[in-house]
Amino acid sequence: MKNTQEITERKKEFRTTVGGTIVNRVYTPADLEGLKENISLPGEYPFTRHIMPTGYRGRLWTMRQYAGFGTVEETNERYKYLYKQGQTGFSVAFHLPTQEGYDSDHPLASGEVGRCGVAIDSLQDMEQLWEGIPLAEVSTSMTINATAPIILAMYIAAAEKQGVDKGKLSGTVQNDILKEYIARNTYIFGSTASMRLVTDICCYCAQNMPRWNPISISGYHMREAGATAAQEVAFTLANGIAYIQAMIDKGMEVDSFAPRFSFFFAAYTNLLEEVAKFRALRRMWAKIMKERFEARNPRSMMLRYHVQTDGFTLTEQQPLNNIIRVTLQALAAVLGGCQSLHTNSFDEALALPSEEAVQVALRTQQVIAYESGVTDTVDPFGGSYYVEWLTNQMENEAARYINEIDKIGGAVKAIERGYIQREITHSAYNYQRAVDSGEQVVVGVNKFVTESQHEPETLEIGIETEKKQLGRLRKLKQNRDNQKVNDMLSKVRDVARSDKNVMPALIEAVKAYATVGEISDALRDVFGEYREPDIL
Amino acid sequence: MRNRKIRVLLAKPGLDGHDRGVKVVARGLRDAGMEVIYLGLRLTPEQIAEAAMQEDVDVVGLSCLSGAHIALFPKTVQLLREKECKEVLVIGGGIIPKKDIPKLKEAGIAQTFGPGTLLEEIVKFIETTLGKKGNDNKD
Repeated sequence: MKNTQEITERKKEFRTTVGGTIVNRVYTPADLEGLKENISLPGEYPFTRHIMPTGYRGRLWTMRQYAGFGTVEETNERYKYLYKQGQTGFSVAFHLPTQEGYDSDHPLASGEVGRCGVAIDSLQDMEQLWEGIPLAEVSTSMTINATAPIILAMYIAAAEKQGVDKGKLSGTVQNDILKEYIARNTYIFGSTASMRLVTDICCYCAQNMPRWNPISISGYHMREAGATAAQEVAFTLANGIAYIQAMIDKGMEVDSFAPRFSFFFAAYTNLLEEVAKFRALRRMWAKIMKERFEARNPRSMMLRYHVQTDGFTLTEQQPLNNIIRVTLQALAAVLGGCQSLHTNSFDEALALPSEEAVQVALRTQQVIAYESGVTDTVDPFGGSYYVEWLTNQMENEAARYINEIDKIGGAVKAIERGYIQREITHSAYNYQRAVDSGEQVVVGVNKFVTESQHEPETLEIGIETEKKQLGRLRKLKQNRDNQKVNDMLSKVRDVARSDKNVMPALIEAVKAYATVGEISDALRDVFGEYREPDIL
Repeated sequence: MRNRKIRVLLAKPGLDGHDRGVKVVARGLRDAGMEVIYLGLRLTPEQIAEAAMQEDVDVVGLSCLSGAHIALFPKTVQLLREKECKEVLVIGGGIIPKKDIPKLKEAGIAQTFGPGTLLEEIVKFIETTLGKKGNDNKD
């Protein structure tokens, strides 16, 4: 018999992306020291295997597709379409001016109106966005951060107009400003003011909106910006620690708010590493909440999260290949135990997705849910020598980073110093060099390259959108009670200067039809604006 | 031969905050021996054109992933041409639908680079284009 040592392998060595650790040919129980303490059962601390004992046997994940473009009428139409297709939750994409606190008529908004999300300038737009959709019966996730207090105020006011009390509303605001400084860059104010606004929302929701997730602590955008899987784990949890601490510093008792904290991660194509990532994340957050913050309620220790398949991995070349990438990524999310999932459309490296591509993306989730059989048992990878080993590696590498950030004085300080940003930029550059050299294969990009035959239909946003929105805004500003708007804006300034919660004043201001830009400017008057440190 | 390093200004016009691409390109061009100024994000075409003139650059690279390229890239070129930067090479990157490329070329954006572009391609494009120009003008 031939000794296996003599069989040549394709590569001299195989490595994980987790700190570049060597991957062995095979894993055995010998690789799993301490497995017994860590593995437990689904629904049991530290929740490595799933937060619920029944996993997807009890309830499937929520299929939540992020969408929004153009004017509120167009987006409202898309939402109704998705709803008919069987989608069980809404996720709102706002155009950049709304996210960064500018009205559609601001010079910086020129060219951006309705582009990568829906244009919301005032409560009037928010009311029309949900026209015909009963807010008491849906759950809505809103990707909004710097202006989250204003947008949440609008959602509350729009619901009230439908006769729905805020206590009955179900959904999420992203409200994670720290990762904006690191990756997504839709910040407005500096970190002190921003952390105050984040915690104002969390306190307000804890007291008034029991079914609302006041924050979705996001690793997704950091991963998109170039973070490795372990960095995604570490930096997200470090930001989570900073938010929990800020709430405690505000005098809140940890179990009074932590159960409603939610998370948001990316899923990449490296299936086993991603499954290990999700398992490590659940275990680490449980330990952090129990050991560091002394939470007693198990719900405070449960990491609940949304996943989006990763946009960066989609290629412009041979776009149909992206359907396969998305399938693997979605499978990783499901095998990892996510609570909700967005699957990207295959044409998103080319433009905003077409209706056909959006449907294929949703169908991908449905095939996994109803045909693949992976939902029949909880955590099917539990006990796999390799995946358990990888889970441990992921935890160790992420813990090393969290220690580093603790030494700097926490996530806020680490961001102010540019530490996290530099680590991510470094990873992004290393990745690109590996692609350039061919060491990292991207099918259709640096290997198996063919001339692209397929030019899919993509969605186009016309310039009429901008014209239409500007017309609406002009009309609104003419027809509302401008004296009342000014009074409300002074009130906002006063509250911002005090240590009171900003939410009640914001709700009053949006009800007077003060716009996102006007309210943001009132807050800018008090808080000033953030300037990015030099990272390169 | 050029007697100075190629000077490149990179910037993100508009409100898009996706800066992975522009930062990676900045480092890639720097490692290829160019002088790179990254101006940052949330900039108007006016601010970018002004900086390009003051910094006396050979290349302006614009990055935008929000879809606003179609308004912002041509505007920036127009402002550059109105100032004393008639010769500057303008390139762009981001999520650029194929059907937009002819319009951008016509407006003076010499080349666009989408997702999946290798750093090497951008370096080569800049070097060949400027090299040619340099010879023509006996720079």
